[in-house]
Amino acid sequence: MGDSTQEVVLAADGRPLKQSLRRALMRQKMRAVMLVAPLLIFVIVTFIVPILSMLFRSVENDIVANTIPGTVIELSEWDGSTGEPPHEDVYRNLFIDLFKAEEAKQHTRLGSRLNYEQSGLSSLFRTTGRSLDGIGELWQDPLEDIDPAFEDGAFWYEMMSGSGGEGLLEQRRGLMAAMSGEEMTGDVGFVPSQQIVEMLPWTARAYTDFAIWAAIQDKDTVSEEDPWESVYGALGMDLTNPETISAINSYGGPGANALKAAAENIDQLPQEGFREAFVAEDDDWGSSDIWGTIKLYSPNMTPGYFLNSVDLQLTPEGIETKPANEQIYTKLFIRTLVMALIITASCIVLGYPVAWLLSNLPMRTSSLLMILVLLPFWTSLLVRTSAWKVLLQQQGVINEILVWLGFVNDADRLILMNNATGTVIAMTHILLPFMVLPLYSVMKTIPPSYQRAAKSLGATNWTAFWRVYFPQSVPGIGAGSILVFILAIGYYITPEIVGGTDGVFISNRIAYHISSSLNWGLAAALGSILLVVVLGLYWCYDKIVGIDNVKLGG
Amino acid sequence: MNEVIVHTKRPDLITFTMPVVAVLGAMFGFITGNIYGSPWIGFVAGAIIGAAVAGILSKVTTIKSKKKILASAVIFGAVGFVFGGLGGLFGGAIIGVSMGWFGNWIGSGKYRAGVPIYYTSGQVLWHNTFLFICAFVLFFLIAPLLPVVWLSFNAENFFTFTPEMLSFKAEGYSLKHYRDFLGTDEWMVPLKNSLIIAPIATLISVSLGTLAAIGLSQSHVPGRQAMMAVLISPMIVPLIISATGMFFFYAPLGNWLEVNLGLNQAFVGYVKVILAHAVLGIPFVIITVTATLVGFDKSLTRAAANMGANPVTTFFKVQMPLILPGVISGGLFAFITSFDEVVVVLFVGSARQQTLPWQMYTGLREQISPTILAAATILVSVSILLLLTVELLRRRSERLRGMSPS
Repeated sequence: MGDSTQEVVLAADGRPLKQSLRRALMRQKMRAVMLVAPLLIFVIVTFIVPILSMLFRSVENDIVANTIPGTVIELSEWDGSTGEPPHEDVYRNLFIDLFKAEEAKQHTRLGSRLNYEQSGLSSLFRTTGRSLDGIGELWQDPLEDIDPAFEDGAFWYEMMSGSGGEGLLEQRRGLMAAMSGEEMTGDVGFVPSQQIVEMLPWTARAYTDFAIWAAIQDKDTVSEEDPWESVYGALGMDLTNPETISAINSYGGPGANALKAAAENIDQLPQEGFREAFVAEDDDWGSSDIWGTIKLYSPNMTPGYFLNSVDLQLTPEGIETKPANEQIYTKLFIRTLVMALIITASCIVLGYPVAWLLSNLPMRTSSLLMILVLLPFWTSLLVRTSAWKVLLQQQGVINEILVWLGFVNDADRLILMNNATGTVIAMTHILLPFMVLPLYSVMKTIPPSYQRAAKSLGATNWTAFWRVYFPQSVPGIGAGSILVFILAIGYYITPEIVGGTDGVFISNRIAYHISSSLNWGLAAALGSILLVVVLGLYWCYDKIVGIDNVKLGG
Repeated sequence: MNEVIVHTKRPDLITFTMPVVAVLGAMFGFITGNIYGSPWIGFVAGAIIGAAVAGILSKVTTIKSKKKILASAVIFGAVGFVFGGLGGLFGGAIIGVSMGWFGNWIGSGKYRAGVPIYYTSGQVLWHNTFLFICAFVLFFLIAPLLPVVWLSFNAENFFTFTPEMLSFKAEGYSLKHYRDFLGTDEWMVPLKNSLIIAPIATLISVSLGTLAAIGLSQSHVPGRQAMMAVLISPMIVPLIISATGMFFFYAPLGNWLEVNLGLNQAFVGYVKVILAHAVLGIPFVIITVTATLVGFDKSLTRAAANMGANPVTTFFKVQMPLILPGVISGGLFAFITSFDEVVVVLFVGSARQQTLPWQMYTGLREQISPTILAAATILVSVSILLLLTVELLRRRSERLRGMSPS
């Protein structure tokens, strides 16, 4: 050791041993990772990503900005606190956006989305959608009277098309794709002329929308189709601008005569703006409340769903609690937690003695009795749920026996189902094996000699159990409880069938929002909250028992 | 607890056996009396009968105890038949068996057999009460399944017992719900779907899961805990959340597959459900296979390598046969997870992928038909078979790993 020159130990192949060992270890690690990798990727793609997509859904809110993009931009300058309805330009954009959305049948989706935040918006959007043609005709009829050329689709095509407007075309195509959720690729057969885009900006936008929809969605030739009513409305908007009038007077391109005729006769067009037109269809369009809600939910991300799932709501004045008769989710979360706790407690009470018995009987007897625990565990959940339906219903086995024995009157049979009692009974039965099995595997490892030692030192049976045996079985109780609690908190099928209205869990509400009310954002937010609770418990489980100590089937 | 029978002297007849059995008799008497509207008369009569039974049983010493119980059942059943017809026969027989067994058990002093001789009477009482509690819990676990099996032979389209069934008349029973189950598309198509989806999902989870479990059980695995957490998570995250997430993600995934790969819609539907079920089954495979690998002797693979086997040969010839029981029982868990799963398939699948549990669920919610119970009975039989398979495999695995056979 005293030698100053340190001798390098070499492996058989002449490399330094240290390096050789490190390589071997590296190879071993690589091999392990290679073996795990396919499954890891599989689980991440088929499970973790879906969960993340749910988390994303709970804050995502691009439907407003996608469906009425122009309105949202224009609305951002509006100050809702004055109580005044927004500027005319907002209504003009709304007309163009909504017309296009109505053609794509997307306006009702937007209406239902906003209806989650303020009731009445769904019908507002639906009825307005139906009357949009009428609003357009306010301008279409006088325009066609001024110059019959406006009736002709080919005339419009000739006037609008040209070159240089590709920018506008692609922009409108992108907006259309975002609104309809479809790809909108393909040849439109129409390019707006740059001159028109500059002279008649509203008309160019409306006509381009029409052209894209007609060519790609309806697979028609643009020049053969009569334009939407919104195009006439848009021309009306342009004609209120004095600069446009003067530009038309010096314009010499296609359709110049008709445009000049229209410019000279603007007094024949409606003198009111689009605000009046919308308010005439529905007074709500003049209410700053409605616009406040639309503005509030126009960003792409919203905390609204999360607030809703804890009975709060976002209003223009800030975060408020919901009216008392709409507060259901806090109550439901509390009920879910309380019922899961009751179920867990009943499982401990029923499972502990059985697990003790199983772990203290001779192996041959305990294997036999174990079958009684494992059989329900292996039996389909739906079988067990239907069994409880058979037992608990008003004409069910339990009530029949009680009536036959004379303990219960035929007229007032016990109501055991379609309430919380039914859910607790059925779920305790269903989850009991999940308590017994971990308890059993822990109790199996407690040496019986400890208790005997305690007794021989003078402890009573109770002391020996409570001070010696019970503390050693606590990990089993912890494991079983967390397992049962996590399973109970997310149960869906059993409460749905035997729970009625009082015995349902938050998971039933999630399923309801997914399949019936279609408020997916709220379902995702409720799910995310539940997920956080469960992950917290999972973490505890890991701390108490360790993930790899989970045992199945004893 | 050893099986040495402790021969205690018989307890005193007058001060112990007769009062104790009389209490049970009084309880039965109270219940029986209640049927006829006079529970307290029944209570007193029951107590007297109970005491009498105890007395008779202890005086008759020449007959074996099993025969005594049988005789008591016959007598009580006959009395019950006279008063209450077939229902009475059954009720009477049950009371007779209980009374006979209890009287014999108490009277012969067998109730002290399981406890040390120095136990006080209080401790003996507690011990036996405890056994009764356990018996009650085990009864609670199993009993709900029995009416299902019974009702599945109902001749009517009800979910409840008909008078004909209760009086055991042949016209009250039929196999028509089994015929409905086996003979109609309404049930056969879902069964077929289940039998397509579950095995494929199991195959995926078993093959990927076994590989990963082998990887995870190596001695140096970087990030073992984190990987384990990810792989186990499908079991821990509540099904409703998994289903919600999959609902959001699998729909666009399906559309993408249909549009970009030109696959047909039904096929994509199956793929979605199979992938979802496969990932739900993975934790079970991981857990059972890693548990089996804990007892795996690594020197065996080294010995194989030493004799010139390459890793693939070693895996299939040495490792695989030894961990096979664990793999199969993990596979069975994965299979039952998929075969029994309804939430995810409700959210991810379309009507074409309707599985057996789905059909049962709709049946339970909407139309109440005992065909569900026929299906349930068949599923219970299947689960008994699976349970036996797993138990046999577990024993085989323990034998193979050199543990003492149980």
